[in-house]
Amino acid sequence: MSSETKDITSETSQSYKQPFSLSRFARTYASQLGILGVFFGLWLIFIFSAPNTFLKPQIYYAFMSTVPFFAMMAVPLTMLVIAGEMDLSFPSTMAMGMVAFLWAHEYTSSVPLAFLAALATGVFIGWLNGLIVVKFGIPSLVATIGTQFFWRGAVLVLSQGMSGSLIYVRDSLLYPILVGKIGGYFPMQMVWLIVITILGWVLLNRHRFGAHIYLIGDNVASANLMGINTGRTRIQAFMLLGLVAAFAGVVASFHVAFFWPSLGEGYLMRTLASVFLGGTSVFGGVGTILGTFLGSFIIGAIEAATVAVGLTGYWTQLIYGLIIVLSVIMHTFLRKRVE
Amino acid sequence: MEYCLELKNVTKSFGEVRALENVDFQLNPNEVVGLLGDNGAGKSTLIKIITGYYQPTSGEIYFNGEKIDHLTVPKARELGVETVYQERALAELQTLWRNIFLGRELTTRWGFLDVEKMRHETYRLMSQSMGFTSSAVNPESHVGTFSGGEKQGVAIVRALYFDAEIIILDEPTMGLSLKETAKLVHFVRDIKAAGKSAIFIDHNVLHVYNVADRVVVIDRGRIAGEFLTQDITLDHLMEKMIRVAETGSLD
Repeated sequence: MSSETKDITSETSQSYKQPFSLSRFARTYASQLGILGVFFGLWLIFIFSAPNTFLKPQIYYAFMSTVPFFAMMAVPLTMLVIAGEMDLSFPSTMAMGMVAFLWAHEYTSSVPLAFLAALATGVFIGWLNGLIVVKFGIPSLVATIGTQFFWRGAVLVLSQGMSGSLIYVRDSLLYPILVGKIGGYFPMQMVWLIVITILGWVLLNRHRFGAHIYLIGDNVASANLMGINTGRTRIQAFMLLGLVAAFAGVVASFHVAFFWPSLGEGYLMRTLASVFLGGTSVFGGVGTILGTFLGSFIIGAIEAATVAVGLTGYWTQLIYGLIIVLSVIMHTFLRKRVE
Repeated sequence: MEYCLELKNVTKSFGEVRALENVDFQLNPNEVVGLLGDNGAGKSTLIKIITGYYQPTSGEIYFNGEKIDHLTVPKARELGVETVYQERALAELQTLWRNIFLGRELTTRWGFLDVEKMRHETYRLMSQSMGFTSSAVNPESHVGTFSGGEKQGVAIVRALYFDAEIIILDEPTMGLSLKETAKLVHFVRDIKAAGKSAIFIDHNVLHVYNVADRVVVIDRGRIAGEFLTQDITLDHLMEKMIRVAETGSLD
């Protein structure tokens, strides 16, 4: 793809920039402003109902310690959903990456090599998902229901259903890098989440890959007519999610220094909910990384907040459901107003 | 003289269906060719072969006398083919600047987008070529909010921005108002004046007759005949078109 063009920039020095207008700003960022409103609105409600919990830093350290495990995956999942695809297999990818980790560690006794083996496995699973979807033309929702079972099954067969201690990783240099605490408080997994979020934003908004992701999700026929390699781009998006899922699997396992064959179960719905709560459209073509980031912290905070506010844990799912449904309605409404 | 584009004996089948059969087609430099034919005659298939979207089942494609073996969309663009598709090929949920540079984003090193330049160029194109003056339309506008004529303007300006030698217009008047159609006819004359070539597809004989140097009639996947517009009157051409539709033969 060449981008040779006539050099015509010099012909005009006129600026396209128009004076700042609040209404245009609101229209352009309607969806992100909406989720920001929900985020701060809920936060205020939490603070007023449970000031003892939400005005102290401990609760925030707790969020930053646990939310990143699924929020990391929500970033590449956002890209995949914007491209009009879906992946339900990433929780199994987390576990399969760790199986590769354990294997590689057994043979090499090297934690960094085992770490790389986990990441490579994640990329491979993502590539395979993409290949099944693109080459055989199977809807990704259906294909990844299949691969989700397959890789979870592979984990159970290979591990014989056995869990195992990873206590040895604590001596590795990777341990403080992945799950250490800066100054004894700030969890490293939060740093990684921020890194992945920023890289994800740059890739989606300032790179050709992201531009093609939006175009494919918006109108795949147009993208094809204009010469975009839609198959390759979609496969790359699946690979990216596989990579991050394997990474999240390693981080989550390091955090508890233990491997569970059920690793990842329970993350599926939270991750998906973060993406949709953040305003990404299930029809593709629309979505933002900021929305997903805020969405994952809303999802992560509801559980703690329900209890802190004085309700029983039974309320958690009901409130999840309420907030997700209301937010998605809000996003749809905002989108219609904009058009 | 060398043709800037030539198809030799091109056939395209979709399974059992033969969309094109042994088609020979030539385009001279600085010539506007009108492609006429009924719905399903094979016009769109023919242009999708020229733009590299479809691969011909058999036959040869030449650009400036040089045989091109495996024509793809990016390769056709490199050879100077730009297309304004019937379906316009726009991404309606995206902003104007993303649509202008769809599939050919201006990038710096490592594939990072040069967003500033794309916005700036979009603004310049809008005000100079598209004649958009409405302040509601800016590079950040979403294309889905535009009128039919404005969308067509986007598709045309996009084709112009990238130094095209051959511009293909597939049913460009569809869904346009009278005023917008007149603008479009004017635009095709500009292509000719700029020394470039065009293939203009429409099933409105009048539009084609007005701008084309030569008219090629396609019927049921075959070239039924061709005329220089200077040698034939509009009435005569209409008569022949009707005869082709009814009998499959021009005479």
